[in-house]
Amino acid sequence: MMLKIKNLHVSIDGKEILKGLNLEINPGEVHAIMGPNGAGKSTLASVLAGREEYEISDGTVDFDGKDLLELSTEDRAREGLFLAFQYPIEIPGVSNIQFLRTALNEIREYRGQEQISAKDFMALVREKSKIVELDSKLASRSVNEGFSGGEKKRNEIFQMAMIDPKLAILDETDSGLDIDALRIVANGVNKLKSKENATIVITHYQRLLDYIIPDFVHVLYNGKIVKTGPKELALELEERGYDWIKEELGMEN
Amino acid sequence: MSKLNVGETYEIDINNSNQAFILSAELRSKAAQIIASTDFPTTKTEAWKYTRVTKIKNTKFKILADFPLWRGIKGEESSNQIDKFLIPNLSGSVIVFVNGLFSSELSTIEAENGLEILPLNQDNTFKKDLGKLIPLENEIFYSLNTFYAQDGIAIRIAKNTQLKQTIQLIFISSGENTYIGNRNVIRCEDFSKAHITMNYVSLDNELAFNNTITEISVGSNAHLSVDKIQQESESMNSIISEFVQQEKDSTFSINTFTLGGDLVRNNLNIDVNGQNCETYLSGAYILKSKQHVDNHTIVDHKVAYCESNELYKGVIDDQATAVFNGKVFVRKDAQKINAFQSNGNILLSNTATINSKPELEIYADDVKCSHGSTTGQLDEEAIFYLKSRGISYKTAKKMIVGAFLEDVIKRVSNEHVQLYVNSLTNNSLKV
Ligand SMILES: Nc1ncnc2c1ncn2[C@@H]1O[C@H](COP(=O)(O)OP(=O)(O)OP(=O)(O)O)[C@@H](O)[C@H]1O
Ligand SMILES: [Mg+2]
Repeated sequence: MMLKIKNLHVSIDGKEILKGLNLEINPGEVHAIMGPNGAGKSTLASVLAGREEYEISDGTVDFDGKDLLELSTEDRAREGLFLAFQYPIEIPGVSNIQFLRTALNEIREYRGQEQISAKDFMALVREKSKIVELDSKLASRSVNEGFSGGEKKRNEIFQMAMIDPKLAILDETDSGLDIDALRIVANGVNKLKSKENATIVITHYQRLLDYIIPDFVHVLYNGKIVKTGPKELALELEERGYDWIKEELGMEN
Repeated sequence: MSKLNVGETYEIDINNSNQAFILSAELRSKAAQIIASTDFPTTKTEAWKYTRVTKIKNTKFKILADFPLWRGIKGEESSNQIDKFLIPNLSGSVIVFVNGLFSSELSTIEAENGLEILPLNQDNTFKKDLGKLIPLENEIFYSLNTFYAQDGIAIRIAKNTQLKQTIQLIFISSGENTYIGNRNVIRCEDFSKAHITMNYVSLDNELAFNNTITEISVGSNAHLSVDKIQQESESMNSIISEFVQQEKDSTFSINTFTLGGDLVRNNLNIDVNGQNCETYLSGAYILKSKQHVDNHTIVDHKVAYCESNELYKGVIDDQATAVFNGKVFVRKDAQKINAFQSNGNILLSNTATINSKPELEIYADDVKCSHGSTTGQLDEEAIFYLKSRGISYKTAKKMIVGAFLEDVIKRVSNEHVQLYVNSLTNNSLKV
């Protein structure tokens, strides 16, 4: 098993957001997480990536045999965890290329591998920017600075392609994309898919799941995974909303 | 007069000195009177509002006429010791001063047509005009410099001379309680061009005081650029002043990088006397522990059609304090002036302080002037983003601070100096 989340309780500023969440992911799988606004989807992604302002009051997260919650953010990335941000950050003055090369080299160093040569690195940039059809000009600009919403999301997947993680968490990577950009990003994600890696796709829209076919669809509601089903569940959610699930669970609106 | 008492405890034994003084007897006696009758500035003195000089006031500094420590770093061994102060791959003359005195052993002067370099205490031509434009009234530090200056460098770039190589000046402070007070003069004559670096460094010193003045003139159509790099020891007190006269169609730029020193005050005084001049003042500082660095600039636009551009940026950690006081005067008939001033700061700790005071005094009506200052913290969101890609906190911080200072560092036009400054700023970021 690649990821095993058990009974995860997380709060921020004294407010409990995740209330005993369980999730298991195996290599080769694609999991979609859906759920209403404020359910805790981004919180889950942030906690997995190691954002520090959250308080974890209970639960465990095992990532490929390691206690994920004990690792620093950078070590989680070096162990193969990748988060595509819902709102990618702009970093003026830091070039995309320089930043990615530094990232790759620090990951390699952690793994006891040699530094990547300038030549190999540039070849990799060329190869991977094709996957998401990222304009080579964007690759050399400051990180996300002045990028359009769609370009930022593409840049996230470009970074994912460069880093080649074991587990990628895509937090609403489809939001704000037009249909062409959506297809490009989704194709990119599919091209990166393998038997060894896994993907968590957080989304509100079933249309993304037409391109990235999930093995499981989970409903995150009120801090927990309350329902898990096959890919058809996404269609049903899109048609019927979340109320029926609340009713099914005997919850109040 | 063998001993001079200033305030309660300030005392310099001039009998101990067998060096000739370089300013005229007339100016020196005027300075002596001012020293005897003027108190050190306090925070009630407008120009020193944010900078206390108590430590300078209360320390007995020595003028080392007979330099024991200077001897100590002479000869073969010394050249190795100063190697670390050389800017890698930079060709051209290297002029070294140790505790205010020219070191011929450590210096190499590369002859170029139209270039004249010599220590002021061996000179008779430059001395004549020295100090004419330096205000002494109420100015205890300028007066101290005027009275005690024993040496300094004189550089003349003759008319129509475009220097190909950089002139590298290295000012080393060494020893305990040493008082250093150079008086330098740089004269860029009409249609000349030069690039000069001034590197202020320390070698085993304790509580020294460097009170240096450089008089600069930029002739008409001349171009002078200066990179001032301050990396003295953490017990160093420095008051480093430049007085610049710019004539018509000239360009003057100075980049000040302050990384070391305990108390550092930079006084930049630019008189723009001729039309169609460009003036660029830039600076970056990285401060930690209890460092106090005060950049005080005055650009005086006396005539029309000129442009000045000022950009200072700093990163302040621990209990350090930065002061930026940039004043721009636009005189009555100085129309069509563009003056731009900006100061940006990142505070890395809750106890770090910035006092930023950009000021405009405008007496003309057709001008374009703007000023602004910003203060912020390190962008933790950006740090998290970089870390989430596998980059350590240390590297992430360096990347973000480096990006913040980059536009200042990019103003260094010589690539070797730029690389040097880059590596210094990188190394001085505490992690
Ligand atoms: N710093 C904070 N302080 C207090 N509450 C917070 C803080 N950050 C997030 N929350 C709350 O946590 C809850 C979960 O937010 P989260 O961003 O995880 O939701 P989400 O499922 O990703 O929603 P969306 O679909 O809108 O992206 C929300 O109610 C939100 O307001
Ligand atoms: Mg969200």
